[in-house]
Amino acid sequence: MSRLNSFRELEHLRERLINQRKSITTTVMVCGGTGCQASQSRKVIDALQNELSKQRLEGQIRLCVTGCHGFCEQGPVMIIEPDNLFYCHLTAEDVLDIVSQTLIKGKVIQRLLYTDPVSGKKIEKVANIPFYQMQDRQILSQNLMVDPCSIEDYIVAGGYSALAKVLKGTSPEEVVKDINDSVLRGRGGGGFPTGRKWAECREAPGKEKYVICNADEGDPGAYMDRCVLEGNPHLVIEGMMIGAWAVGANKGYVYVRNEYPLAVEHTRVAVNQAREMGLLGNNILGSALSFDIDIARGGGAFVCGESTALMASIEGKVGEPRAKDVHAVVDGLFHKPTVLNNVETWANVPFIMLKGPSWFSTKGTARSKGTKILALTGQIKNTGLVEVEMGTPINTILHDIGGGSVSGKQIKAVQIGGPSGGCLPSSKFDLPIDYDILTEAGSMVGSGGMVVLDENSCMVDVAKYFLTFLQDESCGKCLPCRVGIDRMLEIVNEITEGKGKLGQLELLEDLADTVSQTSLCGLGKTAPNPVLTTLQYFRDEYETHIREKRCPAGVCKALIKYYIDPEKCTGCGVCMRGCPQKAITGVKKELILSIQPCVRNAEFAEVNANLKRLE
Amino acid sequence: MSQRSIEVILQGRRSQPQQLIEVLQDIQQDYGYLAEQHLKTVASALGVPEIEVYRVASFYKAFRLKPAGKIVITLCLGTACHVRSAHLLLDEAIGELGVRQGEVTPDGLFSIETVNCLGACALGPIVKENEVYHHHMTPAKLRKLIEAIKHREMGGN
Repeated sequence: MSRLNSFRELEHLRERLINQRKSITTTVMVCGGTGCQASQSRKVIDALQNELSKQRLEGQIRLCVTGCHGFCEQGPVMIIEPDNLFYCHLTAEDVLDIVSQTLIKGKVIQRLLYTDPVSGKKIEKVANIPFYQMQDRQILSQNLMVDPCSIEDYIVAGGYSALAKVLKGTSPEEVVKDINDSVLRGRGGGGFPTGRKWAECREAPGKEKYVICNADEGDPGAYMDRCVLEGNPHLVIEGMMIGAWAVGANKGYVYVRNEYPLAVEHTRVAVNQAREMGLLGNNILGSALSFDIDIARGGGAFVCGESTALMASIEGKVGEPRAKDVHAVVDGLFHKPTVLNNVETWANVPFIMLKGPSWFSTKGTARSKGTKILALTGQIKNTGLVEVEMGTPINTILHDIGGGSVSGKQIKAVQIGGPSGGCLPSSKFDLPIDYDILTEAGSMVGSGGMVVLDENSCMVDVAKYFLTFLQDESCGKCLPCRVGIDRMLEIVNEITEGKGKLGQLELLEDLADTVSQTSLCGLGKTAPNPVLTTLQYFRDEYETHIREKRCPAGVCKALIKYYIDPEKCTGCGVCMRGCPQKAITGVKKELILSIQPCVRNAEFAEVNANLKRLE
Repeated sequence: MSQRSIEVILQGRRSQPQQLIEVLQDIQQDYGYLAEQHLKTVASALGVPEIEVYRVASFYKAFRLKPAGKIVITLCLGTACHVRSAHLLLDEAIGELGVRQGEVTPDGLFSIETVNCLGACALGPIVKENEVYHHHMTPAKLRKLIEAIKHREMGGN
């Protein structure tokens, strides 16, 4: 790879690469993201590579190992272009057929097609799959075009042209104005206007400034940042470069979770490639911009998603937040003015600069523009990453894209925004994805995690889950968060154990109010949200736990009792082998199983017909 | 994974306190945990007080101060995995192996760890056997996995 010294050289390289690929008639895109790798996509990729080289097809057929396609449930998945053919649940054994039937003869293999769970029909083309059809994939669609480890792929797909456009004739002030006009808001949780942040940092005194990409996606149940960084790291880098030009920074950091090894590796590869090409370094493309990026790996602390804690962590310190009396845009990393944006926010920047701010601001609602990537998970048929226009109703996402609940039972609630967000009941499913409207309803867009809960989920247990998580993740610096969450958890624990008392719900609300008003950082301020929203919308479930000592969903272990029904027990011993606590003893075939107190296991009761649950 | 010496890991990073977390990450990656001696060496090389190095090493979940088992069973307890009953897997693992999370079996073969999210939420519950991901896990599948690992590891010896 030779260094690019001017805009012209970048365009020449792009033309040359496009010409080189003219002989390619078919492109096979196999997902190599974390999700599909978990479903053994590596084996499919290796087998396909072997087969293509064995049959000497590499000249016409290009195998592109891409980042996440978003439809992880169906993995490993493959898209064949130009036919737009979609194959799913692949194994290495399918490769021979794919090559001989589809790639050579152009025949569609029925058994590998996707079956729509709603209509039961097989669907050939990606464009006709409801899951994809209803989305507006601006950022995610790029994931399909590029191999994340190939800067050439990114350049062929039009990469770094936004940067070139900016460096060629847009002043930093104009870039800030464009971002401002686009009404882009932070995609990490808060929804702070990005343009305002940039403007304040640009105006802050001092020559040394920083830009940071927050890829410490600590919100359990959200993985869009992993997907974008892992699948298209150059897009994020390009966004950061434009940001650096706008605010006057020469150094950037990508702070990425170490739990995402593939994202760390791909970002590293991308940064090195950009350096080799001179896209990072001094006088980028012959312009006045000099900028470089380092990667900082996170240490697995949720609080480090908070901006000041994240900066402390990059400085090599314990990730504790500090009071924000002076904002990071003035006094940030190493006490210098710093702009910190989330992965998805950075990824939006090149599009806005290329297509213009009005292109972006025409999408969405009055105060929430563009698209948002959501992680649709939990008890829903089509789990995966969903990118929709802001303003899309929750119902559309759950039913048209998600295909409804997996069990066929009614969807009871959806938890949006992770530990800082809240649970919305089905009566609120007509609300749109909009920063301000969701916040008003007690939840938040947050990073975009959407966990679907059906009748099998206990809302008190969900509140307990988040409190346990937050108690564990509270850094302990300020008292309201450290002690307040602890006390709240204590109460919720008592309720789930059948020891709850009337009046505790009011106490819980009182505590929640104190914690949210007096905590130092966002973690504590929003920590009570899961409790408050479940109390607001599902108070009856709490009351059933307290008054009747009963968990309607059958989740809270302490409120479930098991016994063996002697009339039904055949002494098969399945339950004996299945119990992790060895709580069932006796001799096979002799019907003398007895059960001892143990950690009770709800699923266990369902799989074993011999056991009956007392509620 | 080849094990670099501490000296190699520290190269180009000496007297740079901001490199502390990166250095500890690298040591853990190569050695599996952070030994007391590692922390002392890092403290003097970077010019950070020992207590601060210990504070950082004990603050972040990613760091282990004791060796892990040969096979680390990591259970994802993220929200998406939780609502698909990941807690039952933790009960199962603890019941099968007789140790709690963060502990190692007496024979040094297994340790159980939990993580808040592995980012493969659509496929939950997820269990990681060292670096290998297993998706859509159930207590029964986990029991079989543990049995298969035991069989493989014992057979190999």
